[in-house]
Amino acid sequence: MEKPDLRVNLGGLVLESPILAASGPFGYGHQYRKIFDFSQLGAFIVKGVSSEPWEGNPAPRLAETASGLLNSVGLQNPGLKSFLSSDLPLLRDCGTKVIVNIVGRTVEEYAAVASGLDGADGIDGLEVNISCPNLKAGGMAFGTDPDATSKVVGAVRKETSMPLLVKLSPNVTDIKTIALAAEDAGADALSLINTLSGMTIDIDSGRPFLGNIFGGLSGPAILPIALKMVWQASEAVRIPLLGMGGITTSADVVRFMLAGAGAVAVGTGIFYNPEIVSALKEGLLEYMMKKKIYRVEDLRALAHRGGFAGDN
Amino acid sequence: MKKESESVKHYSTAIVAAKQVVNDRYCKLALEATLVAARARPGQFVMLYLPSQYGPMLPRPFSIFAVERDKGSITLLFETRGRGTALAAGLDAGQDLKLLGPLGSYFPEPQPGALLLAGGLGIAPLAFLAKSTTVPITLVYAVQKADHLACQPEDLSRPGLKLLLATEDGSAGFKGSAINLLSNQLEQASALYSCGPRKMLSKAASAAAKAGVQCFISLEERMACGVGACLGCAVKTGQGYKRVCSDGPVFQAGEVILNGKT
Repeated sequence: MEKPDLRVNLGGLVLESPILAASGPFGYGHQYRKIFDFSQLGAFIVKGVSSEPWEGNPAPRLAETASGLLNSVGLQNPGLKSFLSSDLPLLRDCGTKVIVNIVGRTVEEYAAVASGLDGADGIDGLEVNISCPNLKAGGMAFGTDPDATSKVVGAVRKETSMPLLVKLSPNVTDIKTIALAAEDAGADALSLINTLSGMTIDIDSGRPFLGNIFGGLSGPAILPIALKMVWQASEAVRIPLLGMGGITTSADVVRFMLAGAGAVAVGTGIFYNPEIVSALKEGLLEYMMKKKIYRVEDLRALAHRGGFAGDN
Repeated sequence: MKKESESVKHYSTAIVAAKQVVNDRYCKLALEATLVAARARPGQFVMLYLPSQYGPMLPRPFSIFAVERDKGSITLLFETRGRGTALAAGLDAGQDLKLLGPLGSYFPEPQPGALLLAGGLGIAPLAFLAKSTTVPITLVYAVQKADHLACQPEDLSRPGLKLLLATEDGSAGFKGSAINLLSNQLEQASALYSCGPRKMLSKAASAAAKAGVQCFISLEERMACGVGACLGCAVKTGQGYKRVCSDGPVFQAGEVILNGKT
């Protein structure tokens, strides 16, 4: 059998591989480019960029939990101007597509970042992080409300003609409602899931461990939740899904695809193994050869359609 | 702070050359890691990817205690405290594991008359620093009591090194706070280099500032990536948050905010 075809179309972005680097853990990519070859990636999703610099949360910002990682980095970033002048130029020859994640505290801030990034040389798409607190709604995250989701996505959509991904928050009552709101407002694809809200307590001091008290949980601990949400979203919307949440093995990659993801992203997994991306890709190819699947697109949502025929 | 201009981050395999359980608190691990041994400078650290059969685990940062360049080996000295250090202490000679390093900034080279202050396990990078030079320096090594010494005075000694021990209960060396012992030495010091608990670092930094002596400190923080990408190991400074893993772990004391909400 010839080598399986790993190419996917993610909302207009044609990617050479369905395995992406999720926004956050890899920062702006400079450090990890010295550790692994970015051409192994379908795309690199850059850490969140806001219109003005964000300072981030007080230390400590990290706590390891059972098969998971709590973080409260607080979307620290140098802001749009500095990203465009200092970080983006270094990414132009990174060997893969670049998707920039955008964050904001108001609808206007999101729109301003999108407008500032639209059409910039070296950017192939945008991903909107709608898990940020909405300053004008008492700090409730945009992504927990269909109307707020619709407003943010609609405002960003107006500012860009680039492929637009919307990254959903799992801290919601019904992921399908939010997924539909994002699709209706013009998203080309959905990324899910962002981290789950959580906390831990230092039993020596008797106080919350994280400087920010609450953090976002990532890592293998959240994978079954992510998988369920990808399954649900794939039943609700027509646009492609980028599945993520605790991927550390190629079996995890396959599960997300069977649940309905067209492509996947790895985040926290890079911390456990800096060479994880090529390991996942190799494992996926092996699986496809074994199952005689020639195009990775054929794996998508197979679990919704009764899985493999026969005893396979 | 001193940093490598074009730092290549080596992700490689190391082999455990020897393990020595110092006492029920401390453990020494010698690793064959040629690339790290060739490049490591005092104050730098490595991330160890410890093999765990019970689910994934973040790599753990360990500061470098000693380097034997001719043998291509590095030695780590640590306290067995949590899951990561327990796994490290459970390694045996001959086992291999992945490692990333050397990472982070390093101490500037000490000039004659430099004063080094180690609190507890803060001895690890300062022992490496003390051995990395032949100039006359003073090393103050402070612990709670004698059986909390992670390494023995004879392991630290070299010609030109004046070693002063301090214990809170007087069970070895000077009895009392290291800061008191330090104050007698500080005025003549060319610079102060310190590593240890934050409270001690904060006092040492104030004492150095008062005496008009330059002070370099090495900080510790929880890390995930170790290379400056994830912004998890933040420390508050006069210019916003900096990264302990890649802006540090060695900082100019005046640069970082050591007290209060950080």
